[in-house]
Amino acid sequence: MNVALIIIFGFLLLAIYLGIRATRGKKMDLEQWSVGGRGFGTIFVFFLMAGEIYTTFTFLGGSAWAYGKGGPAFYILAYISLAYVLGYWIGPQIWRYAKKHKLMSQPDFFVSKYNSPFLGIVVSCAGVLAIVPYIILQFKGLGIIVSEASYGSISSTAAIWIGAISLTVYLMISGIHGSAWTAIVKDIMIFIVVLFLGIYMPFHYYGGLQPMFEAVHQANPTFLTLPKTGLSISWFISTVMLTVLGFYMWPHTFNATYSAENENVFRKNSIISPIYTLMLLFVFFVGFTALMQVPGLQGAEADLSLLRLSIQTFDPWIVGFIGAAGLLTALVPGSMLLMAASTSLSKNVYGVLFPSATGKQISILAKCCVPVIALVSVYFTLHGGNTIVTLLLMGYSIVTQLFPAFIFSLMKNNIVTKYGACAGIVAGIASVMYITITETTLGTLFPALPQIIKDTNVGVISLFINLVVLMVVSLATKKIAAQPHFESEAVDGKQVL
Amino acid sequence: MKILYFLCLLPFVGILGSLPFVNKVTPFILGMPFFLFWIVMWVILTSFIMGIVYKLDPAVRGGDK
Repeated sequence: MNVALIIIFGFLLLAIYLGIRATRGKKMDLEQWSVGGRGFGTIFVFFLMAGEIYTTFTFLGGSAWAYGKGGPAFYILAYISLAYVLGYWIGPQIWRYAKKHKLMSQPDFFVSKYNSPFLGIVVSCAGVLAIVPYIILQFKGLGIIVSEASYGSISSTAAIWIGAISLTVYLMISGIHGSAWTAIVKDIMIFIVVLFLGIYMPFHYYGGLQPMFEAVHQANPTFLTLPKTGLSISWFISTVMLTVLGFYMWPHTFNATYSAENENVFRKNSIISPIYTLMLLFVFFVGFTALMQVPGLQGAEADLSLLRLSIQTFDPWIVGFIGAAGLLTALVPGSMLLMAASTSLSKNVYGVLFPSATGKQISILAKCCVPVIALVSVYFTLHGGNTIVTLLLMGYSIVTQLFPAFIFSLMKNNIVTKYGACAGIVAGIASVMYITITETTLGTLFPALPQIIKDTNVGVISLFINLVVLMVVSLATKKIAAQPHFESEAVDGKQVL
Repeated sequence: MKILYFLCLLPFVGILGSLPFVNKVTPFILGMPFFLFWIVMWVILTSFIMGIVYKLDPAVRGGDK
């Protein structure tokens, strides 16, 4: 046990303690457990949403992108800020509808809007398909952080098990209340750590920010901008737009909106949050400093750049704090993800297949799903290999496919029918899977096209297929759907379980 | 109401629409390459713009119920 490890485990215990304490005096039914009784103010919702942004991906991946790819990494800053602009408009709409119809999960929203429990099953499955790789990524990050910060004395496998078990226990007891409290501790920690590292590192090694960037620029004159081909301007624009659309479609983000106490929470969030994303700037600074100071990390190893540079620079106790912040960045989103997956599985899949299930049974089942999903994720974390990265990229494209059906459902006269919504989502997801597995790009599909189109994110195609199918099927089924669709407004309060 | 929609489009235009013109390293501003500085500036402007939208938005007053 070195100092770094003691600090890391100290923070793990603190997180668990806060999580358990947060439930005091509350009757933990499904509404309390998964949406916090819809009583969270701006601060809690802000931290919950930020909790999902500042995951291990930001911490390790943000520096890794700066380290490995340079200029294209800045797309992360762009998409988060722009996603909050969109959130200003859609956040209140989701919340208002969810509150009126007492919704508990993301599929509930689609079930209620389209009056189709079957669509709920489709959306649940899409969500779980996207979430599991995301959880795996958090576990992987957790393993890297703890094993690096322990200077190799704890294996990454052991770290993953410890993390998964703590996460499961804590989530089953405390639900979203625990996540909210831990999110605050986490964000304060990460704020201090990231700011400190981002300022200290360039000054320590180069005497300032500009000398550091100049050194990088001198070594590779094209590194700090977008390249002409590949991750080019058209890649940047299309990727940011797709990610902005997908941002609120993640089941856990969608669910977190339910927990707000009023709709202005989102509007205020969209003012604070863009500034808050600037924290990432400092993560980038660390990545760029690492580029010349710990050279030679290839491919996935780039994830280690921040930790390797820290270990090279600091005493173990500082490494401990960095590791603890990193551990919390895995715990909070991990718990939100697990909760969203288990709530939708128990409520929108089990609850529909077995309509006789009572609210209490579903509430218990939701908690029992947590360890099962956690175990599945641990299994894939330990035995998944490189396919996980592919799966994760697929995850973002999958959730984006929910966007067309979602945005049409907000309109007063929704022209999309439940059949259209369903067919569009299924067609979109099928094309995402095909594209990801065969590694298709617009370049391989149409080699004759100009480079600017070839670099466009291939997700655009899936979204296009989705829209076409959604429109065609909706028009074809308009008559069948017209009758029950009008009634749905009146009865959907009862339709939702 | 219409001016609000227009304001919300500004960050998109500022960040994405300007890319062909700002994709360069020099001049360094505040120690950052120009491209990075430009994005950072727009992130801050986005907060500012959303603050203005919040002030002007009539829906805000109805939202605290």
